Formats: sequence, structure tokens, C-alpha cells
Amino acid sequence: MQASKKLSGMKIKDHDGNEVVIPKTSFGKKATKGFKQNWQIYSLLLLPLIWLIIFQYIPMAGNAIAFRRFAPGGSILGETFVGWHFFQMFWADTIFWRVFWNTVILGVGTLLWTFPMPIIFALLLNEIKSKKFKKVAQTLSYLPHFLSVVVVVGLIQQLTRTAGPINNLLYSLGFERIPFLMRAEWFRTVFITSRVWQTTGWGTILYLAALTNIDPTLYEAAMMDGANRWQQTLFITLPGIAPTVITLLILNVGWVLGVNFEQVLLLQDPLTFRTSDIIGTYLFRLGIEQANFSFATAVGLFQSLIGIFLLTITNLLSKKLTDTSLW
Amino acid sequence: MSKKRKKHYTKATTPGDIVIVILMVILALLCILPVLNVLANALSSPEAIMRREVTIFPVELQTQAFASIIGDSRFMFSLGWTALITVIVVILNLVMTVLAAYPLTYNSLKGRKIISFYMIFTMLFGAGLIPTFMLFRDLGLLNNPLVLILPGMLGVFNMILMRNFFLGIPESLKESAEIDGAGPMTILWKIYIPLSLPSFATIGLFVAVGRWNGFQDALFFLTAAPDWHPIQMLLYNITQNATQVDVASPGGVSVQQWGAAIRNAAIVVAMVPILCVYPFIQKYFVKGATLGAVKG
Repeated sequence: MQASKKLSGMKIKDHDGNEVVIPKTSFGKKATKGFKQNWQIYSLLLLPLIWLIIFQYIPMAGNAIAFRRFAPGGSILGETFVGWHFFQMFWADTIFWRVFWNTVILGVGTLLWTFPMPIIFALLLNEIKSKKFKKVAQTLSYLPHFLSVVVVVGLIQQLTRTAGPINNLLYSLGFERIPFLMRAEWFRTVFITSRVWQTTGWGTILYLAALTNIDPTLYEAAMMDGANRWQQTLFITLPGIAPTVITLLILNVGWVLGVNFEQVLLLQDPLTFRTSDIIGTYLFRLGIEQANFSFATAVGLFQSLIGIFLLTITNLLSKKLTDTSLW
Repeated sequence: MSKKRKKHYTKATTPGDIVIVILMVILALLCILPVLNVLANALSSPEAIMRREVTIFPVELQTQAFASIIGDSRFMFSLGWTALITVIVVILNLVMTVLAAYPLTYNSLKGRKIISFYMIFTMLFGAGLIPTFMLFRDLGLLNNPLVLILPGMLGVFNMILMRNFFLGIPESLKESAEIDGAGPMTILWKIYIPLSLPSFATIGLFVAVGRWNGFQDALFFLTAAPDWHPIQMLLYNITQNATQVDVASPGGVSVQQWGAAIRNAAIVVAMVPILCVYPFIQKYFVKGATLGAVKG
């Protein structure tokens, strides 16, 4: 930025209105050369733009079938215009509202648990004196982040089997064995616990980065004033990471309905649909398994619109409150 | 600065320190105990598993479960196939990411803002599952192994990361090269790419881990082509008991009883490549995560 300012006196616009840097030699020669340079740069963008159109924008236009009746084997854009028909259909559908509220509850529940844990973990890590121990604890805590959803679900199935370690422990403590993954009332607990397990260690990264930026002299001054460790955490460390906390909170609220679809799909069982069926899994069954394309697209479009609405609002809030924003 | 920070903690070990260390040990153990339990189950005899004796150490050690997995030609083919598509996707991604990110570093480029907007917009408003499914059907990508490669050729988040890396390269380097008569291609090749190797590692590893761990695309778009299933999809089928693995030498025990050991061995084998590399690649991920957070 600074460098371009320095050169601003040397910039002109060519006949296409492109700004061209004129370093030393004569006027006309450089202007045509600038055009040539830009032509080369544009050609680099060709492949990415073609990819973007094919794999992002064409299917985005395909959302039009939410408003049109689709005939099997027919056009990707549907055959006849039916307006809000499919929206009214899901609006009146009790299953839709069940999966909608399941999504909200699961999303909010996951946020409530997964958001504070990394903060606590980062504060604890920050209090560790031995660098080596800290490094080892960090590396181990990052492990779950690198595991695939299928592996994580495999681990959960193994741990929660009726003959698995968790049930063995419960049994030895005198409780009944519980088939966790087949009980609707346990689904949210299992899902949220697994999300906490996966995200806590990795989630500390941004907080640890923020912690290194706190001025160490603040701690010295506080110690001179007789502040103990708890008070130092409360009055120096926490305010020091507060901007990071607020920014991440706002962003996470924006993504709250983006519940981890894959993981829910793999963990759910028809027995637990009462709590485990969310918009994403409902869409998958309707659209891909039952080929109910228009209806499923209408539901998906509705979810995307809620998502973009939440993000816009939270982004606006973030801009106002913390001066950081996604766009 | 670090010296000063130490000073703040020069006091002797307090009870608080001990509590924190104990807490951290518990938390760190919680992260790896599930993995150890799966490993122990993969290495224990079916009888011991049925007697519920296995926790985190193998009981009555056996390696047949692993031998069955490694001896299963489908599983090994899938491992190799997944490794191959991972390499291809990483290379394609790096090329495409550079092609997309480099032009956007030119402030003078007309239409730069609009192009960035159209790229970033796709992060906010996804295409949707069903329209994507229908597009792939029309393109002939359903049950076609290319579906594991083409749609993942470019990631907009990675593009932003790469652009941020590029923008961190001093503009004066570019300008002095321009004065020397170097064109944009030469500048990209001689200055930007050599200086961005660490960022290539970061983005390449993001893509590699994502591809290795990915299974959603196979679940949606490769249902009728099990031969091309990547390792995670195969593992999913094994853990759901949809795919049977032939047990090499059950030794008088029925295949049913081997189920738990085989499943767990499959999980371990699919997880091992990641387990082996993640301690070494985590720093690139940390870098990517913090850089991506700076500004989108």
C-alpha cells in the first residue's frame, strides 16, 4: 500500500481506463505495454473463473428448481413455474418444523459448550511454567482436530457400545448399561461432547496468539500492587483477550445453524430422529435418497437464506463493536 | 520479552501450579484415551474383548485383525487410491490457488473487486446439495471417480490465504522487477512463488488432510461405484458392517466375534497416516489458522 502511494505520481490511465504504472521511459510505449501486462494477468484468472462458474454459480442458479416443478430426466432448471408452492409445502410440514428446531437446539447447544472450553483451556495452558510440558499438552490436544469424521464416529461407536468402556465404567459404578446412540434423549449429549472433544484443543490457537500480545509489564505492575494470580487473570489476561473472544463469538453465532451435517448423519439412527434429525440430514434423505428434488431445494434455499441473514447481522455487529468483519 | 514474562512467574511452585498441571494431564489424556482404546481393541483377542477386559492396553495380544485389514485387497487399493487422489488434488489446488490469488494482488487490475466479491460470495451462499447433485448428474460426474477431484480443485478460503501471503511480500520487490522489464509471469515465477513456499506447504497440507479425511462427496456422488470409494468411505462401510473383511486366520473363532477387533483395526489403519504426520505439520496449520483470521 505504502509503496503504491509512493508511485502514485507515476500512474496513468490507458485508453481502457486501466491504471498503468509508468516507471521511466516514454509515454505511449509503456501504456501499450501496460495493457499487454494486464492481458496476461487476466489470462491467469481464466481457469479459476471457469471453475467458479461451473462448480459454484451454475448450481447456485439451479436453486431455481425450488420455484419450478422438476420432471425426472428433465432440465436442471425444472419444467413449469410453481412459485412458492414448495415453500408453502414445507412451511405446512410438521416434520420440517421438527428438524428446524432440532437444528436450532443442536446448533445453540454446541455453541454454548464448544465456545467457552478453548478459552478456559488456553488460560490454563498460559499458566503452565514448563515449556516442554506445555508443548506436549498442546500437541496432544490438537490430535482430535486432525481425525476424520468417520474415524471420530468410529471412536464414539466404540466408546459408547453397551459393552464398551463407558458402559463398563457405568456398570461398575452400579448404573444400568445405556445404548447411547439408540436413545433420542442422549443424542444431543453425545454429539455435543464429541464436538467439544474435537474442537477444544485446536480452538485455543487464536487465544494463545492473543495472549502473547499482552504487555508483560502489566503483570509486573499488578504484582507490585499485590495482585495474586487469579486477580491477574481476571484483570489483565481476560481483558487482554476480550477482543478476540468477542470477534470469535460473533462469527460463531453467525454460523450457528451450520451444524456439522456429516457427523450428525453418521451418528444418527432412525430411533433417535426425534432429536437427531436436522435440516441437513432431512434434505439428504428427501433429495438424494427419495429424489424429491424441488422440495429439498426449497428447504435448502431457506436454510441458506437464514444462514446468510445471521451472518450479515453478526458481521454488522462485529464491524460496529470490534472493528473486525468478514467483509 | 520472554525474559520478562518468566520473571512474572519466578515464584516457587504453588499448589495452584500443581492443580493446573493435574488438570492439564487429565485433559491431554482425555484427548488420546479414545484413540488408545481403539488401538487396544484392535490388538486384543476377541475373547478378551467379549469378557470386557480391554481398556487401553491390549489383552491377549493378537495381530490377525491388522493382518486381515492389510491383507484385504480392497482396503489396500483404497489406501493407495486415496493417496493418489490426495496428491493430484493438492497439485491442482496449488496451481489453481496461485492462478486465482496472484492477479488479485494487482491493485491496478480492473474488475479485481468484482472478481473477489464473486469468489468470496460462494463462501457465504453455497450452491446447495440438490442443485449440485443435479449438475453432477448432467455433467456425468455421478459415480465417476473425477467427482473426487474436479469439484475440490479450488478453495476460496485457501485463495484468500494465498492472496494474504502474497500481499505480505514487499511491493518494492515487484516494482523493481517491473522497472527491470519483468512481466507479471516472470515476477510470479521468479519472486512470488519462491518466496511463498511455506504458504504452499500450509495450503497443500490443508487440502491434503481434507482430501484424506473427506468422505461426504463419495457418500453423495459415488454410491454406485464402490470400487472408487476413498478410504474414509470404505471405513464407514466397514464400521457400519456393510462391508465384510475376510478374516485371515480366525483360529476357530467365528467371523462375527472378530467384528470389533476388525473394525477397530480398520479405524487405526485409516488413522495412522494422519497420526504419524500431524505432530510435524501442525505448525503449518496453526500458521494458516491465524493468518486466515487476520482478514478475509
